[in-house]
This record gives sequence, structure tokens and C-alpha cells, in this order.
Amino acid sequence: MKLLYFAWVREKVGVGEEDRTPPATVQTVGDLMEWLATQSPGHAAAFANRTHIKTAVDQTHVPVTAKLKDAREVAFFPPVTGG
Amino acid sequence: MSTIRVQRDAFDPGAEINGFCARNAMSGGIANFIGQMRDFRGPNRAEGETVATMALEHYPGMAERELEALVDDAKARWPLDDVLVIHRVGPLIPGDAIVMVATATAHRSEAFAACEFIMDWLKTRAPFWKKETGAQGETWVEARASDDTRAAQWENKQTR
Repeated sequence: MKLLYFAWVREKVGVGEEDRTPPATVQTVGDLMEWLATQSPGHAAAFANRTHIKTAVDQTHVPVTAKLKDAREVAFFPPVTGG
Repeated sequence: MSTIRVQRDAFDPGAEINGFCARNAMSGGIANFIGQMRDFRGPNRAEGETVATMALEHYPGMAERELEALVDDAKARWPLDDVLVIHRVGPLIPGDAIVMVATATAHRSEAFAACEFIMDWLKTRAPFWKKETGAQGETWVEARASDDTRAAQWENKQTR
């Protein structure tokens, strides 16, 4: 699964993009955040306060409860501030 | 008809609106919004504190998709002849235009409403992030709850 990080999430994780294969127990976006938080100190810092992180699965906004199923690309980022 | 551009290069809003009007000579109403980089910080920041530069990060692919989806939503609500959306990415300096939206319709009410609708949803859905650099160092701009409130108001609004 391709993981993308943007803005301060990217800075805390330390990379903008990585490939990861989460265990089968990881079923939802929330599960994935919980699992990623255990992967490195940077991931732990990024996912410390998950309510401040938004998620897109295959470039579509999804809630934390969304199932990952066949997700190819999952992106984590702060609330958007464009415009 | 619509044009969506996500670009690093600066653009000239005057030239863009002139071109847009010329391309839409059959439309009686053209509305336009330009968001530009201020050269002072907002009311919650220390007075006189300046922002030297700003950088806009985006999610390539999804940013364009979201903008297209917003324009499609607007077109489903109002009879739009044409829409233009331009959004900068990369480094910006004070006074630079960050975003521009133009809408062309037969009459003004639809043009105003569609332009506002696109901006309101762009602020809450399009994956762009602003980082300011000033005397205090670098800070990521925080999202405002009032932007979510504004966008949500369109959910129940009668538009036609």
C-alpha cells in the first residue's frame, strides 16, 4: 500500500511517501493510523493526535471509519488551508 | 466549458479576467474572486509582524480532481457557461495572487453564487496547505472552523 504524507504530517513522519504492508488486522483508516503510530518515533509523533489528521483513500476524502479494502494509495494530511 | 489550472508560475489576474470575458462574449454576467497573499499577519497575530514568504504544498492529482469535482457540482446547481479556476503552488511572495475563480452565466445572481460556492468548497476540500515564513520562523497555517461552517451552509441552500 502506498502511503502519502503532506504538510506537518510529512515533516513529522520524515518522508513524503512510503510503501507499507499493514497486517490483516488493519481494516479501517483508524486501524491504519493506530498501526502506523507504532512504526517509528516520527510516525508516533505524527499520529499522536489523530483527530487533527484527515485521510484520503485513492484520492477521495474518507472518514476515519472507512474500510481500506483494496486501497492502493492512502494519504494523511492536516485540514486543508488553500485558497 | 471550464478551465482548471494548478501551477507554480505567477499569473496576472487582470489578463486572466480579460481573456475570460473575451472568451465568453455571449455571457451577460461574469463574477470573479481573487485570493492574494497578504503582507501582514491576521488579527490573531502580533501587530506589525510580517510574513516574508509563503509556500503552498499540494497533493498532485487529488488537488486537480477535487477542483474538477467542485466545478462539476457548481455546474449541476447553476447554468454556467464557463468556469475558470487557477491555484498557485510552490513559493509565493506578498501581493501574489494565490487563487482565482471566474464564472460566466447569463445573469449576475448565478455568477455570484457559483463563484462563492466554488471558493467555499475549495477552502475546505481541495488538498492545498499554506506554510508561512516570517521573523518567527516557519508555521503551517491552521484551518479555520468558520470555513467549514460556510461550506456546510451550501448543503441545504436553495440555489435555483
